[in-house]
Amino acid sequence: MLSGACLKRFGLVRDQVHFLGNYSLAIITVSGLFVGFVLGLQGYYTLQRYGASDALGLLVALSLVRELGPVVGALLFAGRAGASITAEIGLMRAGEQLTALEMMAVDPKLRILAPRLWGGIIALPLLTAVFSAVGILGGYAVGVLLIGVDAGAFWSQMQSGVDVFKDVGNGMIKSVVFGIAVTFIALLQGYVAQPTPEGVASATTRSVVISSLSVLGLDFILTVMMFSI
Amino acid sequence: MQRSKNDVWVGLFVLIGLAAVLFLALKSANLLQFSWHKDYTVTAKFDNIGGLKKGAAVKSAGVVVGRVDNIQFDDNSYQAKVSLALESRYAFPKDSSLKILTSGLLGEQYVGIVACADEKNLAAGDNIGSTQSAVVLENLISQFLYSKASDAATPAAGTK
Repeated sequence: MLSGACLKRFGLVRDQVHFLGNYSLAIITVSGLFVGFVLGLQGYYTLQRYGASDALGLLVALSLVRELGPVVGALLFAGRAGASITAEIGLMRAGEQLTALEMMAVDPKLRILAPRLWGGIIALPLLTAVFSAVGILGGYAVGVLLIGVDAGAFWSQMQSGVDVFKDVGNGMIKSVVFGIAVTFIALLQGYVAQPTPEGVASATTRSVVISSLSVLGLDFILTVMMFSI
Repeated sequence: MQRSKNDVWVGLFVLIGLAAVLFLALKSANLLQFSWHKDYTVTAKFDNIGGLKKGAAVKSAGVVVGRVDNIQFDDNSYQAKVSLALESRYAFPKDSSLKILTSGLLGEQYVGIVACADEKNLAAGDNIGSTQSAVVLENLISQFLYSKASDAATPAAGTK
């Protein structure tokens, strides 16, 4: 399923990137902005007690790039895109469209599932990067424009504390893993759903619950592997 | 028609995503500070390096001229053996001296290099002999306390 065979028919993958990525862009951007706002406010509140409010940029950037960007991005993606994948595949199963494809000697795994998987794997890392970048701009808006932290200190502390490969790179690796996990779980739940209205409903619920929990669990494991050794 | 419209939007989405990655790499992280210059490695021994870490800056007159490449413990002299990667475009006299300094009151520690007057320049593999250890806060406080205590003891001894 992960084989490159479906990449030959790139149109299918591209349509899925459009469906999973473009339509999730709005919710990701807005959430990233507000997470950045709140990080700016709360971070300032804590840091100014120790007279370290100059480090606000570092705090905002590190928390977004390492944890919040990948995790919150993946949770939103599970709710916004994963649920719709499960419902779509589940309805295809309930309407016996998958069986019909098989009857026509078209492999539904290759024709239906693989493009969605690749779409998710391509879309989520890009969405995560947008989330983190917009969040940092949100933190800048609150910290520098609203509260009045020095702009030079905000950026220079951030640049001296955030490493391209260790922090940004590992965050991107996390989001690729989450992209695989969320999309795979959504596809699996849709594919094995009971072909009844109740079955599709409970499959959609299970898809969101299981993928959210596995994102949180995987995040812990990845963080332990990446940042503590 | 629908398909070509999709193409444009997907392209735009991918562009926005890549722009965000670039923003993270360039504006919020230190990709621009990576030096692509060639460098040469010199070593130095310190009695105490304090909190110096691998990758810390080597600065001369406040300008970054290199990075700390490696830190090891030398069990012959019981000193820390620090190797520094200095950028090739900067040359320093052989008798330059090193200090471990702190940026700000509680900031990160870095190595300061002060040039001297020798006519020969440092080359790869050289050892810098004149080094000054990091200032450890606990030692400063205990020195201060000891001097206070001896100050307090001396007048008492004088009255006896």
